[in-house]
Amino acid sequence: MNLTLHVWRQKNAAAKGGMTRYEAKDVSPDMSFLEMLDVVNEGLIAKGEEPIAFEHDCREGICGSCGFMINGVAHGPQRGTTVCQLHMRHYRDGDVLFLEPWRATAFPVIKDLVVDRRPFDRIIAAGGYISASTGSARDGNTILVPKQAADKAMDAAACIGCGACVAACPNAAAALFTGAKITHLNILPQGAPERYSRARSMVGQMNAEGFGQCTNIGLCEAVCPKEIKLEVINKMNRDYLVGVLA
Amino acid sequence: MSLDSRSPSGPIEEAWDQTKFDMKLVNPANKRKYNLLVVGSGLAGASAAASLGELGYNVKCFCFQDSPRRAHSIAAQGGINAAKNYQNDGDSIFRLFYDTVKGGDFRARESNVYRLAQISVNIIDQCVAQGVPFAREYGGMLANRSFGGAQVSRTFYARGQTGQQLLLGAYQALERQIHAGSVKMFPRMEMLDLIVIDGRARGIVVRDLVTGKMESYLGDAVVLATGGYGNVYYLSTNAKGSNTTAIWRAHKRGARFANPCFTQIHPTCIPVSGDYQSKLTLMSESLRNDGRIWVPLKAGDKRSPDQIPEAERDYYLERRYPSFGNLVPRDVASRNAKIVCDAGRGVGETGLGVYLDFADAIKRLGQPLIEERYGNLFEMYNRITGEDPYKVPMRIYPAIHYTMGGLWVDYRLMSTVPGLFVLGEANFSDHGANRLGASALMQGLSDGYFVLPYTVGDYLATTKLEKINGSRPEVLEAEHNVDAITQRLLAIKGDRTVTSFHRELGKIVWDYCGMSRNAAGLEHAIGKIRELREEFWRDVNVPGSGEDLNQQLENAGRVADFMELAELMCIDALDRNESCGGHFREEYQTEEGEALRDDEHYSYVAAWGWNGLGSPPSLVKEQLEFEYVHPSQRSYK
Ligand SMILES: Cc1cc2nc3c(=O)[nH]c(=O)nc-3n(C[C@H](O)[C@H](O)[C@H](O)COP(=O)(O)OP(=O)(O)OC[C@H]3O[C@@H](n4cnc5c(N)ncnc54)[C@H](O)[C@@H]3O)c2cc1C
Ligand code: FES
Repeated sequence: MNLTLHVWRQKNAAAKGGMTRYEAKDVSPDMSFLEMLDVVNEGLIAKGEEPIAFEHDCREGICGSCGFMINGVAHGPQRGTTVCQLHMRHYRDGDVLFLEPWRATAFPVIKDLVVDRRPFDRIIAAGGYISASTGSARDGNTILVPKQAADKAMDAAACIGCGACVAACPNAAAALFTGAKITHLNILPQGAPERYSRARSMVGQMNAEGFGQCTNIGLCEAVCPKEIKLEVINKMNRDYLVGVLA
Repeated sequence: MSLDSRSPSGPIEEAWDQTKFDMKLVNPANKRKYNLLVVGSGLAGASAAASLGELGYNVKCFCFQDSPRRAHSIAAQGGINAAKNYQNDGDSIFRLFYDTVKGGDFRARESNVYRLAQISVNIIDQCVAQGVPFAREYGGMLANRSFGGAQVSRTFYARGQTGQQLLLGAYQALERQIHAGSVKMFPRMEMLDLIVIDGRARGIVVRDLVTGKMESYLGDAVVLATGGYGNVYYLSTNAKGSNTTAIWRAHKRGARFANPCFTQIHPTCIPVSGDYQSKLTLMSESLRNDGRIWVPLKAGDKRSPDQIPEAERDYYLERRYPSFGNLVPRDVASRNAKIVCDAGRGVGETGLGVYLDFADAIKRLGQPLIEERYGNLFEMYNRITGEDPYKVPMRIYPAIHYTMGGLWVDYRLMSTVPGLFVLGEANFSDHGANRLGASALMQGLSDGYFVLPYTVGDYLATTKLEKINGSRPEVLEAEHNVDAITQRLLAIKGDRTVTSFHRELGKIVWDYCGMSRNAAGLEHAIGKIRELREEFWRDVNVPGSGEDLNQQLENAGRVADFMELAELMCIDALDRNESCGGHFREEYQTEEGEALRDDEHYSYVAAWGWNGLGSPPSLVKEQLEFEYVHPSQRSYK
C-alpha cells in the first residue's frame, strides 16, 4: 500500500517547526510503524536529505522510548499498543497520516518527533522509591504480600514512562504517570512507611515541573499503552491529601 | 603476558567471604573524595551507581537513552534465578553453581560462578525490599517457575516483565541517590573513548547526543556496564541502540576481549517476515514450560497445523531428550530447530520456523491459567504476527539474544586495564560458552549491588592515584581521536546508508559465525568482513553534521566498531577447534550430532589483545581449573 505522511520537522529546540509531506511507498502490512518510517528515512538519506528523528530502542513496547501523535492520537489507533508495536496492517492504501511530537510545556521538542521527558525522572527522584539501601534487606519471604496486592501493584508498575498520558491530556497533566508509581509503591507493605511523604513529594515535584492539573477527563487512560487505570489518580489524591494534612 | 584471575584459593564456599575480609576498606569520610564514573544504567550500571552512591562515593553515571530507566535490561521477560529453595525441590547454592557451570559447558571460572550462586539469594531480598512486585502465591509467599537447563523451580518473576521491574527497582534506587546528590546522571551521552593515564583508567570522552559537544570526564576509576554486542548480527532480540562501542574502544585502549565468539542464540523468537525487518522479538523461554515444540514428520508438509494428526508430528525435543524435553538449554534447543529446518521440515512461509503449541496445556490447565501465566506474551505475538496463539500454535525460530563474551575481568571484575571495571553483559565472566535462562539479570545485579561496591573500594584503598586535569596529553589525545572519527564519518558522504552496511555485516556474521560454524566458512567471513569494512569507510553516507542530534552519526560510529569486532569473533571461533555451548563447530560433533568439547586443549578463556587494525590480535589464555564440577559431556537425555 501507499501512504501520505505529514511529519513535524523541527531542527532543534530553538528552531521553528512545521509539517512536511512525504510519500511512503510499497508499505507491507507486516511492517511495524517504525519500520515503515525506517524505509522512508532510508529514502530520504539516499536523496541527501536529513532523516526524520524519532525516538525508539526496544521496539517491543517496554522501554517507553518511542511515541508520537498519529492523527492526533498518542501512539496511534490500536488500544494498549505503543507505536513501535503498531503494525501497518491497521492501515489502508491511500491513508493520510499526520505525525507530531508530544505537545506539552513540560516536554519541549528537541528535534522533529523527539521531546525532552526529564521531568518524569525528577518526579521519581522526588520520592518514587522505597528507601532500602543495598545490603539492608531481610529474607524475601518474611514479607508476605497478598496476591491481590501484588497483582494490583504490578498493574500500576507496568507504566513505561513514555509520556503518552501527558500528550493526550488537554491540560498536559502527568497525574496518570505519577499516580501509577504512587499506587505501585503505596499498595505494598514495603512501601507503607513512606506512603504519605512519597505522595506529597512526588505531587509537589509534578506541579513544579509545569504539568497541568488533572480534571478527570480520562484521555490518558484511553491512550496508555499499558492500560493503566484512572483509579491510580484517586489513590494518588487520597494519599497526597493525607500527606499534606498530616 | 599472563593473566591473573585473582581467584581466591581455599574452599570455594568461603572464598568470597574471605576475599571481602582481605580487601582494604575506604574510610567512610574519604569516600566522598573519590570520583567514580559509571557508564551504563542497565541492571548492572544502575545497581552499581546506586550502591556506590549509598556508600558515599561521588558518582557520575552515563547512558545514551533519554532516561536511565530505558536501558535494554528493561526488555527482559522471563525471570531471575536464585537458590532460595522456597519450593523445597532440592535446590541449593551448590546446585545453582553446578547447573551454571555445566550449562556453560565448562568454560566458566568456578570461583565466579560460585559467588554468583551465593549472592543470588541476597538479590531477591534486596529487590523485594525495594518493592519489586514479584509474582506471589495466594498465601503471600514468592512464586517460582522453571526455566531451561534446570530441574528445580528457582526462577522469580514479575509477570512477563521481570527485567522491567528489576530495572525500575534499580532505577528508583539510583534516582534516590541522584536526589540525595551523591550521583549525577548524564543521559543522552555516549562514551566514545577511554582515557588511560599511567596505565590506569582515569576518564572517558563522551559526546552529548543533543548538542554534539564532546566532553571529557575524569575520575579515580571507570566502570563499564554497557551491555552486550548481539547487534553485531543486525537482527537480534537486543534493543536497537545496544552496541559494542564502549567496550570495543576500551579494548583498543588495552582491555582484553574474552571469548568473543561465545554468543547465544535464543530458541524462541518470532521468525523473520521481510527485508525491512529491523529487529527480532523474543518470546520468553518460560513458554517452554507449557508449550510443546514440534514440526511435521515429513519434509515439505504444507498442511495447516490443525490438519496434521498427532502421529504425523515430531516432538523432536521430547523424543531426543526425554528427561529435559522441551526444557533443554538454549543452545541445544536452537541447534535442533536448525537441524529440522535444514532437513526441510520447517514451518511457515519461509520454512524457517517450528511450532510451539499450547493446545495440550490449554486442555490440561484451562485458558485462564495460561492467560495469567503468559497473557502479555500471547498478546505481543498476536500484535506482531496477526495470529492468535490460543488457537494456532506459535511459530518460532532461533535468533541471537545474548553475548557471553565480553571484556576479560578478574574475580574482582577488573579488566586488564587497572581501574577499569566491567559489569553485566559487557564482561565475559560467569556464563562460559552458554548462559542459562534467568541468569543474566542475576549476574548484572550481583555485579552491581554486591560485588563491585566491595572490590572498587579495595582498588581505591590500595592504589595511589595522582591528581590529574583535563590538560594532560592523554586526555587531549583521546578527545582528538573521537573528533577525528566523527569528522571522518561525516566527510565520506558516499552512496550507501549505515543500515545497509549493518544489515550486510549482520548477514555475514549470522551465516558464518552464528548457530554453527566451520573453518572454511570463518575464513571466508573474515575476508568478506574486511572488504565490507573498507567499503564502509569509502562509501557510507552519514547525513547532517556533528553539531546536533544526529541519529545516523551515532549509529555509524557503532556500526564501524561492529565491523572490527566481527572480525575478532571469527578469529576466535576459528581458533577454538572444538564445539562447546553456543559455539558449534561442525567439524567437532559426536555421532549423534551433539557438541564435542576438547578439554585437553581448549579448557581456557581466550583473551585477545588489540594490536591495531590489520595486525593480528594477540591471544593470552586463562587456563580453567575444575575442582568442584567435573567436566563431563553435557547430557540432557
Ligand atoms: C528480549 C530479551 C529478554 C531477556 N530476558 C531475560 C530474562 O528473562 N532473564 C535474564 O536473566 N536475562 C534476560 N535477558 C538478558 C538480559 O536482559 C541482559 O543480559 C541484561 O539485562 C544486560 O544488562 P546490563 O546492565 O549488562 O546492560 P544493558 O541493560 O544493556 O544496559 C546498557 C547500558 O549501557 C548504556 N550504554 C551502552 N553503551 C554506552 C555508551 N557508549 N555510552 C554511554 N552509555 C552506554 C546504555 O545506555 C544502557 O544504560 C534478556 C535479553 C533480551 C534481549
Ligand atoms: S521502542 Fe521501546 S517502547 Fe517503543
